Amino acid sequence: MPTIVVEVMPKAELLDPQGKAVAGALRRLGKTDFTGVRVGKRFELSFDGPADAALLAEVQELADTVLCNTVIEDVTGIFVLEAAAGETH
Amino acid sequence: MRIGVVTFPGSLDDRDAQRAIRLAGAEPVALWHGEHDLHGVDALVLPGGFSYGDYLRAGAIASLSPIMAEVIDAANKGMPVLGICNGFQMLTEAHLLEGGLIRNEAGAFICRDQRLRIENNSTDWTGDFTANQEITIPLKNGEGGFIASADTLARLEGEGRVIARYLDVNPNGSLNDIAGVTNERGNVVGLMPHPEHAVEPGFGPDTAAAMRSGVDGLAFFTSVIERSLVNA
Repeated sequence: MPTIVVEVMPKAELLDPQGKAVAGALRRLGKTDFTGVRVGKRFELSFDGPADAALLAEVQELADTVLCNTVIEDVTGIFVLEAAAGETH
Repeated sequence: MRIGVVTFPGSLDDRDAQRAIRLAGAEPVALWHGEHDLHGVDALVLPGGFSYGDYLRAGAIASLSPIMAEVIDAANKGMPVLGICNGFQMLTEAHLLEGGLIRNEAGAFICRDQRLRIENNSTDWTGDFTANQEITIPLKNGEGGFIASADTLARLEGEGRVIARYLDVNPNGSLNDIAGVTNERGNVVGLMPHPEHAVEPGFGPDTAAAMRSGVDGLAFFTSVIERSLVNA
């Protein structure tokens, strides 16, 4: 089944308390090479039929209005997931 | 006056809001998120809680509920609407209020009696306060950090639309210590702390006079009743 992926991240200029907490944990593990962590979301929308322009436009609209609150987050990526190897020829 | 309180899946403070409305002298009306019916109420409260477990974003899924179509329509026509905590989050998600709420700066859930200053006493929900009155009501949230773009923040401040500001400490990292805001018309108010938990002696925050005697939250509810009498 084809899948469209939508990625959403907290706005770059905003505090990301969740990322800050994860960064703190990495630091405590001695992983000091990483200077920061940000945590976002990935949505996978499954559908039947072709991922045509109309469908992608609809996903873009849903991303901007439902999946992401553009006051606090940004949509950072929308793409069609390639079918897993062996599933199609 | 009849004031509706909408219950969503995961609402916690709907009963407390109904009780506050009753103690203030109005008739509470229980409304259900799944209906397209406001049952002829004169004002609305969106209560606190964790609707839909804060999935997606706090208040986001509730803001898409069937009844929200009627709530948005009524708010745009001037009906007084108060969103408390999760209700505030719903109002921002529904674009009835500007800005947004993000996870507390410290990453921890905060529960404390919070001092506030009422900075706008001309909204439908704050008319019974005196100018710059300082009050104490409970605060309990995990995602109460108020944020907005620099432009929006400047406009909210410039137009006097910050209705309440945190005093003593900023509990959640809110920009400019903002605890509550209103829309341009002053009928829609969002507030992160909980006035409905400070309405009856014996069950409110401690005061200098006696333990749990604080009833500073009651004026939010008497304000809207007063306003309805003026407009009647």
